[in-house]
Amino acid sequence: MSEFEPKITAFVCNWCTYAGADLTGTSRIKYATNVRAIRLPCTGRIDFMLVLKAFAQGADGVIISGCHPGDCHYTAGNYHARRRWVLFRSLLGFVGVDTRRIKFAWVSAAEGAKWADLVNETVAEIRQLGPFKQYQELLALRHQPIEVA
Amino acid sequence: MSRIGVFVCHCGENIGATVDCAAVAKSCGDLPGVVVSTDYKYMCSDPGQNMIKEAIRDQKLTGVVVAACSPRMHEPTFRRACAEAGLNPFLCEMANLREHCSWVHERTPETTDKAIDLVRVMAEKVRRNRPLYPIKVPVTKTALVLGGGIAGIQAALDIANAGHKVVMVEREPSIGGHMAQLSETFPTLDCSQCILTPRMVEAARHPNITLYTYSELESVEGFIGNFKVRIRKKARSVDEKLCTGCGLCTQKCPNKRIPCEFNAQLGLRSAIYVPFPQAVPNKPVIDRERCTFFLKGKCKVCEKVCPTKAIRYDQQDEIVEHDIGAIVAATGYEVKGTDFFPEYGYGKYKDVITGLQFERLASASGPTQGVMKRPSDGKTPETVVFIACAGSRDPAKGIDYCSKICCMYTAKHAMLYKHKVHSGKAYVFYMDIRAGGKMYEEFVRRAIEEDGVKYVRGRVARIYEEDGQLIVKGADTLLGGEPLEIKADMVVLASAMVASPGAEQLAQTLKVSYDPYYFLSEAHPKLKPVETNTAGIMVAGACQAPKDIPESVAQASAAAAKVAGLFSQSELSREPIIAVVNRSAPPLFSTCVGCFLCESACPYKAIEREEIRGRDGQLIKTVAKINAGVCQGCGTCVALCRSKSIDLQGYTNDQVFAEVMAL
Amino acid sequence: MRLGLYPGCSLLGSSREYAESLRAVAAQLGIEWQDVPDWNCCGASAAHSLNHDLALALPARILAQAEKAGIEELAVPCSACYSRLAITRHELLADEKLRRKIAGIIEMDLECKPKVLNVLEVLTRFTAGGLSDKVRQPFKRKVACYYGCYLVRPHKVLKFDRVEDPQSMDEIMKAVGADPIDWAYKTECCGAGFSVSRTDLVAKLSGKIVDDAVRRGAEAIVVACPMCHVNLDLRRGAIEKHKGRQYSIPVLYISQVVGLALGLDDQALGMHRHIVPVVFSEPREAGCCCAGHGEAAAPVGATEDEH
Repeated sequence: MSEFEPKITAFVCNWCTYAGADLTGTSRIKYATNVRAIRLPCTGRIDFMLVLKAFAQGADGVIISGCHPGDCHYTAGNYHARRRWVLFRSLLGFVGVDTRRIKFAWVSAAEGAKWADLVNETVAEIRQLGPFKQYQELLALRHQPIEVA
Repeated sequence: MSRIGVFVCHCGENIGATVDCAAVAKSCGDLPGVVVSTDYKYMCSDPGQNMIKEAIRDQKLTGVVVAACSPRMHEPTFRRACAEAGLNPFLCEMANLREHCSWVHERTPETTDKAIDLVRVMAEKVRRNRPLYPIKVPVTKTALVLGGGIAGIQAALDIANAGHKVVMVEREPSIGGHMAQLSETFPTLDCSQCILTPRMVEAARHPNITLYTYSELESVEGFIGNFKVRIRKKARSVDEKLCTGCGLCTQKCPNKRIPCEFNAQLGLRSAIYVPFPQAVPNKPVIDRERCTFFLKGKCKVCEKVCPTKAIRYDQQDEIVEHDIGAIVAATGYEVKGTDFFPEYGYGKYKDVITGLQFERLASASGPTQGVMKRPSDGKTPETVVFIACAGSRDPAKGIDYCSKICCMYTAKHAMLYKHKVHSGKAYVFYMDIRAGGKMYEEFVRRAIEEDGVKYVRGRVARIYEEDGQLIVKGADTLLGGEPLEIKADMVVLASAMVASPGAEQLAQTLKVSYDPYYFLSEAHPKLKPVETNTAGIMVAGACQAPKDIPESVAQASAAAAKVAGLFSQSELSREPIIAVVNRSAPPLFSTCVGCFLCESACPYKAIEREEIRGRDGQLIKTVAKINAGVCQGCGTCVALCRSKSIDLQGYTNDQVFAEVMAL
Repeated sequence: MRLGLYPGCSLLGSSREYAESLRAVAAQLGIEWQDVPDWNCCGASAAHSLNHDLALALPARILAQAEKAGIEELAVPCSACYSRLAITRHELLADEKLRRKIAGIIEMDLECKPKVLNVLEVLTRFTAGGLSDKVRQPFKRKVACYYGCYLVRPHKVLKFDRVEDPQSMDEIMKAVGADPIDWAYKTECCGAGFSVSRTDLVAKLSGKIVDDAVRRGAEAIVVACPMCHVNLDLRRGAIEKHKGRQYSIPVLYISQVVGLALGLDDQALGMHRHIVPVVFSEPREAGCCCAGHGEAAAPVGATEDEH
């Protein structure tokens, strides 16, 4: 029985985190293979429906990472992302999803090592938490007939 | 029908050694919409690029995915290659198999799986890419320069000499700024006005420059290349066309007891005044807040004596409008007054003065005609103490930064004093000596070695008055903190350089960011020192941060170069990665409901309101509209829109959701 | 007006006249003092140079006692006690853990509610509220207001008056008809606790203070601190020896000056307890409260001192 390998989707901003991840590559720092990064111009672009879609597609964890507060290439996009994130996390918590499955981070273009650490930590954590079966189970409910007493 | 080409690059060994490129190419050949999928050693090389171009032509590709290094590296390269082959460059995307894959993982099946995933994601995106075309924005080739100090003058002259029109706005009745107040400049001890006034005259006479003095910026609207600016010309109470600058009115004005701003409150002026003899324009202004006629309705002497009948008591402020393409903010600085220092007397000791006041004392056109006389009793000061870092580098006073120019001008002041009072004793209390410019260190050494200025490393704790002298209590830290008490006749404080009054309001009018000290923020401290985050607005001189004259001039020329660069094209071409609000046929017109949440969220104020009217002129609905000239493409509005009426070209909802669903 | 009062050790001993004058003046101004029951020494400089907990516990107990007695505002005439109490209150209000620890040490409830006031703050309430009206014999003398170290520093804690060149005492003096001079030693150290261990330093530092006041024409130095009074008054002999000349300028407590202006007599205000006789070389004007003193023999060299 092979160990569960989590599937992580990352939404990153082009100017900071994507560049930071590039730096991780240029520095040849190794990290876990579980992450697939989606490049966006700014974390402000992230509609949290995207996050839900990622889970619907089978992701066990999601990382959202952008520029440090005050450093957003578009001045304020990361602030909007942060505000949405706070609301979204409350909502998820309310609904009963383990909020540890979504990580929100600031990784700047100079923080290659931090990106690697972030990925590795997240993968390790999600591995601990196990596969995200809730969503799949919920989706499966659509196909079950409803019994009327 | 999509016809996508996938090109997997080995990048020599960089990708090839860790990722099975052939396998990736093979696997991606089966993706929906992909008609060709190959791999090659060096995609960015000429043969590699030709391979892509040929495939575009031969296979009639509608989209290209290059799976290679980071798009931050070669996206422009491959997009250009596609354009050359006749494919819209925005139909080309890159999958990052190097920085995000081969360089960070080991050679394992998982790595190749990840590579395949990454390519699949981009292929799904490209299937939904639309051709995009650069946006053209017209440019008005007139620049607005705010501030008539040395930086403003330099920028205006450079832009005007490049053949473009300039509108210059200066708040004071004359241009020249603080440099006009200086007596001599370091490190050459050139007479400040001698090097400045020719420039002032040139600026005023230049055919391309329209000069508004005693005027302020009222409002700015629009965006880069297309600003609409309103300037308030404050009422001088003098008809400039009739005035000949003869000066009779200023001579005859009976109200001569007003503290003179140009002399830093050390001298007096009349109510109708020209700030200084070399003022440009050399036309007077009535200080309505202190003029006897405006306060009490009596006098009118100036009107009686004016030979050309140029006095106009009923003159009103006038608003002028200009179309502007670019703005240079060069509004300068001010220095803290002596009242900022409780330990130095709260400003009550007449003989404790600021560096700027000392400049006026030393200046030949100053209140004492350049003779060293102390303000309280006019006696020659035999002992002068200069205190560097007064207020600067002092978190307790709220000014953490270094004012940069004080070490140099303190040395200069000490030297000027010694040149005028040979027997005098000059002490400088300093913390560090910052003399980093060309010939600066040598200048300070000259003060110490040739002019005998005594430098004491320590701070001054207190100053109080005793028997007509000022007792300066400091310490000499190089002698182990030995307390030092000096009986001085005059004390000069090198007080902190701060942002010009009204800087905060100006920054808000321009919608330019500023720091906690109200200095205007540059776009990037290292790489974009003269631009701001607001496209089309440049910054020059001390309004951005404390700096001396050579740096202000250099920065002003740099800003002028940026403006000239902007004006060198008849149209501005912008990347088409911008947001668009959807429009559809009547009766819907747009799914936008007009909540304008996007308008308040946009960091660039790029969202406007558009009224949609029926044929009879009736208003149907007001919807959001993105200004293509200003939008930077961050996508914040897209994520915010509750009705999903905005989309970001290049990263549409279609595209991005497709990417996620491909995983 | 009911105000808590923490007299402190000095007011029972070497500064008895400060206490006497304060109580006499209070009666005139309608202040009812409520002494803190079972008060202890505040620790002064000794405690806080030895042990942080002790330095906090001693004033804390005073605050706790005041709180227990229902005192909301606590007047502390001695500047050093005032400083200790105010700083302790500030520290304990900012750090809850520390406050609970100290509460444990003193074994009392400790909320640090009572506000700590110095004598200037108390009298300033009256300058706006009709002190001038109660004045019967304006104290028409030039005075040097000496604030010393503790009344206005550290500003972040006390938030009272201004640190360089304070004015509150000067304002009170103006209200009672005095003419406060502008001088250089308002907040310079008098030598404080070195009074006993290094009297030579006190002679030097306090000597500068007395000298400056006299040279600028002051006829009296006004203080609000027992320590300052000791160094400027009791140690006058040492000062004169150090300086090699005589100084006859008297040192009065602010409460004594106010008392004189309100028409109270010397005995009631404890003037006889001073070392330097409270005499003025010439009477100022008719109606001045000190007219009576002018008749007494002036000390040797008095006329040379005053300008």
